[in-house]
Amino acid sequence: MNEFQSFDFRTKFGNRYFPSPIFTASGCAGSGKELAQFFDLDELGAVVTKSIAVKPRSGRATPRMAETPSGMLNSIGLQGPGIDQFLATDIPWLQSKGARVIVSISGETVEEYATLARKLRGISALYGIEVNISCPNVENRGLVFACDPVASRAVIEAVRRNIGGDYPIIAKLSPDVTDIVAIAREVVSAGADGLALINTILGMVIDIDAVRPKLAGITGGLSGPAIRPVAVRAIYQIHEALPSTPILGMGGVASGRDALELIFAGASGVSVGTATFGNPTAVIKVKEELLSLLQSKGFKSLQEAIGAAHV
Amino acid sequence: MNINPRAIQKSVEVLSNKKVGSYHHMVFSVGEMALHAKPGNFVAISVGGNSSAMVLRRAFAIYRASDRGNFGGTIELVVAAHGSGSRWLSERSIHDRVDMVGPLGTSFGIPTEPVSALLVGGGYGSAPLFGLAEVLKQRGCRVDIVLGASNANKIYAPLEGKRSVNTMTLTTEDGGAGVKGKVTDVLPQLIEKHSTEIIYSCGPMAMLEAVEKISQRFEILHQCAVEESMACGIGVCMTCVIPLKDENGTIKMQRSCIEGPVVDGSRVIWGSNRQIPPGTFGSQALGISAHE
Repeated sequence: MNEFQSFDFRTKFGNRYFPSPIFTASGCAGSGKELAQFFDLDELGAVVTKSIAVKPRSGRATPRMAETPSGMLNSIGLQGPGIDQFLATDIPWLQSKGARVIVSISGETVEEYATLARKLRGISALYGIEVNISCPNVENRGLVFACDPVASRAVIEAVRRNIGGDYPIIAKLSPDVTDIVAIAREVVSAGADGLALINTILGMVIDIDAVRPKLAGITGGLSGPAIRPVAVRAIYQIHEALPSTPILGMGGVASGRDALELIFAGASGVSVGTATFGNPTAVIKVKEELLSLLQSKGFKSLQEAIGAAHV
Repeated sequence: MNINPRAIQKSVEVLSNKKVGSYHHMVFSVGEMALHAKPGNFVAISVGGNSSAMVLRRAFAIYRASDRGNFGGTIELVVAAHGSGSRWLSERSIHDRVDMVGPLGTSFGIPTEPVSALLVGGGYGSAPLFGLAEVLKQRGCRVDIVLGASNANKIYAPLEGKRSVNTMTLTTEDGGAGVKGKVTDVLPQLIEKHSTEIIYSCGPMAMLEAVEKISQRFEILHQCAVEESMACGIGVCMTCVIPLKDENGTIKMQRSCIEGPVVDGSRVIWGSNRQIPPGTFGSQALGISAHE
């Protein structure tokens, strides 16, 4: 207990402090209710919600999932109830449990992101907005926002204008780009307080008996330990270029050791995603292991460890 | 709906592992988890050990649960080792431990009056029907069971299972045991003979769909345990969805681990693999879309 108190585990994104750097990852924690069956949500630094859209979405047809070596492909298609239902049910429930909430938003146009940001103003449990820009821009032939510096900037500017200055904006980046640092610079100069990375990597599995793609959506996002080295690389590159911008790192973290690797690369916080599918209490396990690992290595605070691998 | 409020996560010990035909019958010491397990519920098990490349949990229907006996609470599973995860589980020895989450999902509805029930199982899908048969028998129901598979080796029909049913009919597609053909070939005559009032089914989706057609023809209630591949079993991954009609007739993509696995057959929009049924709630918003 005393040992815990003497260690400063806090982290910060924008103007908000979080008591622990371990968060859920968007789309990997349901509505929060499911995991609350196994632990108290206020044990987490924050709950990052599934990406919410303006309208309800059925998501894609099944099969939506394929397990791959040390990972999985998913093609959910952002299934969700739409922002109005989400604000009416999910948010009040999370608020009642004392959870710190980062709402992830997704849009098909810049205007949709603006609408979502406007609707989120004034929520007391809101500790930040994660802007999922790994979505196709229907106004630009379906090109994913995150792959286009101009469109990425436009989305972040629109969210900043509509959310006001009180809430941290965390832009979630896709690793499926040639120069992730260039996208990072663009969204930070557009007003993002932090960066979340990495989103899943586009992949594909073919069913060799059926002789067709395994997923109904043809392609899917690869996640899990298989992509961790890509996450470490992207975090390292961006922290090198933008050392004062906090990074919420994610990509195959399943243990305290994995989380520490991302922190040493430059992450201020770490989200646990796919590991939760294999273990409902993975996020708590990561948090506890990380805390004892940091202490055993002689750190006095999380802050000392962030970016420690940079020479 | 939300996750089964009784679900817990627990490291459980393997008490027994026996090969039965093509399957492994496994018994686990699960403590209080057994107390709350109902026929139709399932468990989700972590496979492969700590350094495994298999990152997803595997779901198994509960064959039987007992909260009494020499070992306290036990849960029994019938494991078909046809993937690398189920093979790993089937290779566990006595005293090995596995990480189990359960009981999960919905259970078969039990009639308050003694009725004539017909249970239909395909392949290893028959597993949860034996525990159901015992409960129905205790309620004074007449219980008839039909088990089918492609060949005799794939039918799971333990001797003790016969004690809790009035009649057992087997069907095999190769004619190696019982009636040659599919379970649905014998259903109409069994329904008429036993004046069936409710059908419970478990097995491949195509079989469940065929059973639903027959139950509609005879205007009999039909509860089925659906199958869609799951990554987590606890409602967070959104991969195991099937299109279900809600009480207002609206079709929604629902998680089979939360809203199911047991659902009324009349709620399911059948044949929906690889397509979203027209009119599904929220399908208008689905253009080209992002991966999560």
